Parts: sequence; structure tokens; C-alpha cells
Amino acid sequence: MAHHVQNFNLDQKFEFNSGIKKPILTVLIIGAVLLGIGIVLAMTSGGHGQEGAEAGAHAFHWYERLFANIWINNVYFTGIAIVGVFFFAIQYAAQAGWSAPITRVMLSLGSWLPFAAILMIAGFFLMGHNLFHWWHAELFDPNSSEYDSIIDGKGAFFYWPMEKGTFPIFYVARMVIFFAFWIFFFNKFKKIAAAEDQLGGTSHWFKMRSWSAYFLVFFAVSSSVAAWDWVMSIDTHWFSTLFGWYVFSSWFVAALSAITLLTIFLRGLGYLEMVNENHIHDLGKFVFGFSIFWTYLWFSQFLLIYYANIPEESVYFVERLTSDVYGPFIFVNIGLNFVLPFLVLMTRDSKRHGVFLKLVCTLLIVGHWIDFILMVQPGTLGHNGGLGLMEVGSLLVFGSVVALVVLGGLAKGNLVPKNHPMLEESYNHHI
Amino acid sequence: MERDTHFILGVYEDEDVLLHAVEQVRSSGVKIHEVFSPYPVHGLEHVLGYKRSRLPIAAFLFGLLGTSLALTMQFYMMKFDWPMIIGGKDFAAVPDFIPVTFEMTVLLAAFGMVGVFMISSNLKPWAQPRIFDVRITDDKHVMAIDIANNNALDVEKIKEILKSSGATEVNNKSFE
Repeated sequence: MAHHVQNFNLDQKFEFNSGIKKPILTVLIIGAVLLGIGIVLAMTSGGHGQEGAEAGAHAFHWYERLFANIWINNVYFTGIAIVGVFFFAIQYAAQAGWSAPITRVMLSLGSWLPFAAILMIAGFFLMGHNLFHWWHAELFDPNSSEYDSIIDGKGAFFYWPMEKGTFPIFYVARMVIFFAFWIFFFNKFKKIAAAEDQLGGTSHWFKMRSWSAYFLVFFAVSSSVAAWDWVMSIDTHWFSTLFGWYVFSSWFVAALSAITLLTIFLRGLGYLEMVNENHIHDLGKFVFGFSIFWTYLWFSQFLLIYYANIPEESVYFVERLTSDVYGPFIFVNIGLNFVLPFLVLMTRDSKRHGVFLKLVCTLLIVGHWIDFILMVQPGTLGHNGGLGLMEVGSLLVFGSVVALVVLGGLAKGNLVPKNHPMLEESYNHHI
Repeated sequence: MERDTHFILGVYEDEDVLLHAVEQVRSSGVKIHEVFSPYPVHGLEHVLGYKRSRLPIAAFLFGLLGTSLALTMQFYMMKFDWPMIIGGKDFAAVPDFIPVTFEMTVLLAAFGMVGVFMISSNLKPWAQPRIFDVRITDDKHVMAIDIANNNALDVEKIKEILKSSGATEVNNKSFE
């Protein structure tokens, strides 16, 4: 009720001490060891592709699997980082009051963006040839036996205005522009937030709302195009019109899970005491709702392809469902990302208590990572993919490095936007 | 049935006063029959000590019924009753069944929930509504107390409690 006076500590700062760093570093070391063992195993088992088989079918090298892993984690954690910023912007654009104390938690995910940008751009140049079929110049040469008229028709999307098969300048420009704008907006939000903490007043809130609106417009386009570029173009022949949304929804659920976990974790450490089970409930509803949204998109994509049964479309699912390597993971994917959150988070109580949310959110982060494995691996590795030590290792390495960067970013500023005009409303949030 | 048609009504003008009055009246041992207000008062169900509605359980069960009905219907039709080859698929092509199953689930969950709600809150078309005070649809909050439920307390004492809790009027109400 409005007449209860609350005295919360609004100047609290997250202290990133060694007690929190240690477990993360332990996970990092475990991940590095697993990754190392995985690499050694892959090297010693040798490429089981037939050396010098039919023309064009190149031998499989162990490092291709490493490249695919790096790309999967890069795309995945970039998505989580940018969706953290996106969810932050949504709060301001929608003038949400309930989420005021946790807005900085959302924004902190964006701290990974500069690192993601470097890894992504460098990774593209170092590994692009192995990851992307369209990188091969002979596909665009009408005189070559490898000439592919379908990919030739799509070539301009990568190479314009240069000649197809030379340097994918349009693709690289998009990647650079997306990251540049995303980082620009992230820094803008951080700057306005810092000014608000210092000066107070409502003008910063209005400023934040305007910039959020600009960002959302840019993000709406860039997230879709990024999904086509970074994920869909791996299966160069194939296309799906809702693929951008599909990737976005996967990112969104993973980022919401990360935000929920981070909030519960901070509350467990004694921070954010104004965040009560009502706020947690709302986060839980987002996780629940957008898990169903993801399923809706997954199924919309699948059903139309299954029903129409056009060979160039259904090859995507045939490649996955009929494969011994990937077939089971299709069902793991749906089980973890739909059935589990749907059944567990359906009741009100499970969304209000940290235990269930911790379990479901952790499994969802793993589940959507598997989703990305399913998107990337078949097109890059063929039957040489799977979920092995290398995959688990690189997830742990990436995850713990991202956690270090994000928590480091969170520790820099105020944890609570103490001059947010809707803090009072948030204290009294009741559902 | 004379006993349960005698009510004492406390009329309140302000929702904040009402919320405190409900707490006060309940803590002095009076059982409240119902509180009427022209608009939803936030936190009222909380101070009245209402348990959470079990309507979601009804919705879930009706949804489950919808799912099983839809799947049974489609399997029976497509596999046994009139098998047809459509697009070279199996007769029982489960992915094709999902949209209909989804719709049936939503339909039955919604209808079932509305039906259960109607019956449990006495909103049947043939129900005779009991109007405690016409002003509850305009600008007054009314707390109704069933005398039969408060046999331990004197009627005058109840009226006094209502008055002291901030009621602007205290009336008697009987139904035929």
C-alpha cells in the first residue's frame, strides 16, 4: 500500500569479489580442460572424411568442429547480450514500472557486446571459409563444374558491390554496422543511466525512452538480418521466411533466463531487497510465455515445410531428422525448450519460487544452446558433428568468460537506478 | 429460510476506508458475507482472506479433455474411419493434427472455464440476482454481513463495529 514507507538501500553496488569469481574461474578451467581433451581426441581420431574422394567433397579436419563450436557460442552469447539490451529498451519504451530495480541487470548483459564484436568479426575472417559454403568462389563461376545457379542468384547479398566470389563486403559491412550500432546504443543507455544516478529528475527517463524507441526500430531489422547472415546462410540453398524471428525467440528465451537467474542470484547474495516474488513471478511469466512463442515459431517453420514437402525446403529437416547424430537432439530440443518450461512453469507457485525457476532457466540456457547446435552443425560439419567434450567444453569456457565480463560490467555502476521515477511503483508491484 | 435472508449492510464511500474496515471487522470476529464495489478494489480479496481461485485447475482439466478429444477424433477419422492419402503422408500424420489439437484445447479450456465460473458464481441465466443496494453499481461500497453466520454476536454490536470502522450508513436488508 502507498502509505508504507520503505527504506531500501538505493546506493548499493554489486561487489564482484573473489568468492564469486572463484567458482566461475573453476568452471572456466574445467571447460578449458574438457575442450582440450576434446580437441586432442578429435585430432588423434583423425579426419574420417575420405581423403581425396569425389571432386569437391573435401576431407574433414578436426579444427572445423572447433570452428563450428566457436561460431555457435559466439552467435548464441552475442544474442543473449544484445537481447539483454533489447529487454532493457522494451522496459523504457513500454514505460514499465514494475521492472525498475532490475533494469540495470538487463543492461549489464550488453557488457559482452564489444568482446562479441571482436570475436565475431575476427572469427568470420579466420573461419568463414570453413563455415560458409558460399565463400567458395567456384560456385559463382559459370564455367566451373561447381557452378551453382541458386547460390549465384543469392550472391549479391554477400558480395555486392564487389564481384561475386571475391570479398563479401556487403556481409562484413552489415556485421560491422550491426555491432557498431548495438554498442553505440548500449553505451548511450549506460551514459544516460549514469547521468540519471548523479543528477536525478525525470528528464533522463524521457531521454532513455526516446533512445530506446530508436534502438528498437534498429534492432527489429538488424536482429533478423543478423540471423540470416550468421546462421541461415550456412545452409546456403535453403531459406525460411521466419528464420529471423526463430533465432530471435531462441535468443530472447535464453536472455530472459539469464536475467531471471542473475536476479535470483543477486537476491540470494542480499542485493536488490526491493525485488520480491511478484517481480520474480513476472520474469517467470516472460520465460514461460516466450518459451511457447519459440515453440510456436519452431512448429510454424516445421509444419509448413513438412506439409508442402518441397525438396529444397524439406532438406533442412531431412538432414536433421534422419541423421543418427542430430535426430535425437530434435526431440531433446523440444523437450527442454517447450515441454519442460510449459509443464513446470504452468502453475503460479513455480513462477514465484526461485527453486523451480533456477532449474528451468538453467536447463533453458542449455536447451537453446542445443537449438543453435542444431542450426549450425549439420550445415558445417555434416555427420561429423554431435554433442561431445569439445561442445561442452567450449560452452563452459564461453559461458564463464561471459559471466566474468557481465558481472564485471554490473559491478561498475549502481545496481539500482536510484533516481528512476517509477521505483515507488515497483516497490508496490503486486500480482 | 428466514435466517439467511437477514443481512446488515455497511455502506462505505472510500476504498481505502473500506480496506481498513474489512481488516477491522474481520479481526473483531465478524464473518463477512460479501463486499460489493462498483469497480475492482485492489487488495480487497487479500484483506478478505479469500483463497486463490481454483479456476485454473478447471481450465487445465478442460484443456486436457480438449487435447484428448481432438487427437482421438483425428486419429479415428484419418486412420480408421476414412483413410485418405494426403500429400504422400502417413494416414496418422501427427504434425498435421497439432493445429486442430491446439484449437480444441484452447476452445474447451475457455468454454469450460467460463462455464465453471458461471455456475460457481451463480451467474446462471435462470439465477435470481439479489441486489443488496442499488448504489453498488454507482458510487458506494457495501459490506454485507449475514446475521445467521454471526450467531455469537449481537446485532447491535455488529452495527456498532461497522459504524466505528468508518461506514457512513448501516442498513438492514432482507430478501423474500
